[in-house]
Amino acid sequence: MVLDSKVPSGPIEQAWDKARFEMKLVNPANKRKFNIIVVGTGLAGGSAAATLGELGYNVKCFCFQDSPRRAHSIAAQGGINAAKNYQNDGDSVYRLFYDTVKGGDFRSREANVYRLAQISVQIIDQCVAQGVPFAREYGGLLANRSFGGAQVSRTFYARGQTGQQLLLGAYQALEAQVDAGRVKMFPRTEMLDLVVVDGHARGIITRDLITGAIEAHAADAVILASGGYGNVFYLSTNAKGSNCTAIWRAHKRGAAFANPCFTQIHPTCIPVSGDYQSKLTLMSESLRNDGRIWVPRQARDMRPPAQIPERERDYYLERRYPSFGNLVPRDVASRAAKAVCDEGRGVGETGLGVYLDFGDAIKRLGRRVIGERYGNLFEMYERITGENPYETPMRIFPAIHYTMGGLWVDYQLMSTIPGLFVLGEANFSDHGANRLGASALMQGLSDGYFVIPYTLGNYLASNRLEKVDATQPEFRSTAVEVEAKIARLLSVKGKRTVSSFHRELGKIVWDYCGMSRNAEGLRRAIDGIRNLREEYWRNVNVPGSEGDLNQQLESAGRVADFFELAELMCIDALHRNESCGGHFREEFQTEEGEALRDDVHYQYVAAWEYKGPETSPELHTEPLEFNYVHPAQRSYK
Amino acid sequence: MNLTLHVWRQKNASDAGRMERYAARNVNPDMSFLEMLDVVNEKLIEAGAEPIAFEHDCREGICGSCGFMINGVAHGPERGTTVCQLHMRHFKDGDELYLEPWRARAFPVLRDLMVDRRAFDRIIAAGGYITARTGSAPDANGLPVSKENSDRAMDAAACIGCGACVAACPNASAALFTGAKISHLGLLPQGQPERSRRALRMVAQYNKELFGSCTNIGECEAVCPKEIRIEVISRMNRDYLRAAWKDRSALRDDQPEAEPRAGGRR
Repeated sequence: MVLDSKVPSGPIEQAWDKARFEMKLVNPANKRKFNIIVVGTGLAGGSAAATLGELGYNVKCFCFQDSPRRAHSIAAQGGINAAKNYQNDGDSVYRLFYDTVKGGDFRSREANVYRLAQISVQIIDQCVAQGVPFAREYGGLLANRSFGGAQVSRTFYARGQTGQQLLLGAYQALEAQVDAGRVKMFPRTEMLDLVVVDGHARGIITRDLITGAIEAHAADAVILASGGYGNVFYLSTNAKGSNCTAIWRAHKRGAAFANPCFTQIHPTCIPVSGDYQSKLTLMSESLRNDGRIWVPRQARDMRPPAQIPERERDYYLERRYPSFGNLVPRDVASRAAKAVCDEGRGVGETGLGVYLDFGDAIKRLGRRVIGERYGNLFEMYERITGENPYETPMRIFPAIHYTMGGLWVDYQLMSTIPGLFVLGEANFSDHGANRLGASALMQGLSDGYFVIPYTLGNYLASNRLEKVDATQPEFRSTAVEVEAKIARLLSVKGKRTVSSFHRELGKIVWDYCGMSRNAEGLRRAIDGIRNLREEYWRNVNVPGSEGDLNQQLESAGRVADFFELAELMCIDALHRNESCGGHFREEFQTEEGEALRDDVHYQYVAAWEYKGPETSPELHTEPLEFNYVHPAQRSYK
Repeated sequence: MNLTLHVWRQKNASDAGRMERYAARNVNPDMSFLEMLDVVNEKLIEAGAEPIAFEHDCREGICGSCGFMINGVAHGPERGTTVCQLHMRHFKDGDELYLEPWRARAFPVLRDLMVDRRAFDRIIAAGGYITARTGSAPDANGLPVSKENSDRAMDAAACIGCGACVAACPNASAALFTGAKISHLGLLPQGQPERSRRALRMVAQYNKELFGSCTNIGECEAVCPKEIRIEVISRMNRDYLRAAWKDRSALRDDQPEAEPRAGGRR
């Protein structure tokens, strides 16, 4: 396996323009001869399918939910970054590029990140043109706010629903293409395998979630935009249906999986309230613009917050990081919260929580202004906890939120399987070891609107692809494997439910591969996962049959894949003997408890190749060069 | 607390269906409604019975996947709250709850509490968008939008497409859903060029689906988890009537020219 990033030579500022000129084009009249498959309808998938439809390609688009508009991009709250510098506070494409590379702790590919920053300005233009109702100032121009890891105000937002509004823009554009007959939409249809013919990705095998029918779909190229794998932890801010199946099956067919241990923990989520907890709810990072984070100075101080006077409060982020304060990046804020809770100073019944307090902001700006900025988030919090953030500080705790790891892609967003492109959170590319707030929305739309339309055309025009159809042997044999796996899951008829296994798996990876990791813990996790996986295939109870709607069967297949991914994640974390971004190895930290990178030995992308069942994966590395942003110890002091 | 649930069970669209009774025991007030159902389902699976099928995904009130009637009220008793955001502290020990799927001809039942809402996607496909080819957009600040219009557009754009409005309406009208999208886009300068076309096509599609007419009852607004106001229906009617006079050529070939039904009396 050769990892060739295909980054163009020359100055980084011109790399993308140069690439676009050098890439081959598909004649407008020829585009309709090509069939493209898009899996996933979030920001990356929806925007890609809509744009490719507009260009004239025949697109088949798949999602497992009942409608493309349900994709989990919809839940993103805070905002989307762009280097417009409308605020005149020092932003620029270069600064956004710099902040993102630094925020990623120098583990991302510079050229990809520069392109992302460059394209960010066009994304806002496109969204406004589609009617996304971004917040405005009184003069009618767009408003901005700040986000973690940045000292400029570059985030555009639509109340606390930016993800929903951006997704609706893409979804509406997608539906317009469906109406025009250029995109065929297959909702309630889950991709269960990738079909490779002559070394190229040429189609997928799907299951209709209502009838259970297994179908083969042929194409000239396949695009995966199926989101992240946070649900390997069972409890995360992901939707219940979010899963790794599309990318994991592609991985087993030859797509290298990069940096799986780079998972992001978001510092401000609502704490767990019981064993039945089914997911964790995110409280937007934008709250950290005005909220102040604190815990009592004393351990086990059980007084209600209103009774703790100022001098007995520790605003620990402001204390430790004076220049970024409450707006330090997510990995820094999460570890700081864990540290104070480990000292016994956490709040709430479980002691696993810190306060996010709006008291001062309400005094300074008034309740009405705070309500305008965060009203719907406050309501959301109150619905879940029964507590009112206007009156009492919010309780928050870190939770798994995003995965920087994903399928390896080159500068063209193509994986190690020719013809298989990966967009959005499903790929590994732009965020390094830690993603900055408000940049996931940016990356999804950048990949879908402005990168894949060019790079896909280049692939199609550069490869003379034989016509394939879904009756060919490769499709049949892949479908047979899919059917066999389903039959096996249904035949076990053991004693434990899928959920009970998923919860236990989640606990292992949260405890040993979560906020803080060490070699012994990771080895224990790998053993624990292997044992649990073995028990799963011996003892799982999947009721019902495969021939109709069966939500337990859907879950069972996804959890089976999570077991395998979890093991790779721990292997990756164990091999990377350094701390960087969201990957914190206790053995490698500075005196102040910050991440200690090893740029001499680990300044690379770890891309794992699947070698077969019960066989160790093979590591390939892509060395990373930083010619523009020079690696330094990340300091947010 | 312990509750009794009566849940609609239906194997598929052609099955007659029936109500079945279940016990929900040791329910923690901090649990969400769907977490309570998860626990009921785990017990059913362990007992070898068929778990209750219900739609859900984000579990935070934004994706619009979830939704069913609780004691005849779409999404249950709390205002502005989806069923996944509803927590058990709003119920008490001994409560008896009736859970039913959305009831509307335009939303055929697939299984138990799950219905087919593709009619909504078809209404959006008919005109719920602004045609803006990727790459052709002007600078984002090139078109100022008054804060007032932007806020009102955002209010209407908050619709999550859950279908509660249809389920609550005695006529099973989709006027609130359609009106919300027409209002969102029609309040913005970017939406002006297609405003007539949008209204004509979306209303024609909605008439083609099996939704009923709006007769200004207002049940929709009362149950909408995003608190969309019925003024969006007035906007839709206005846009439709204006368009019906000015330009009928925007209708697709397969959409019948009909008397405007949205908002009028049958």
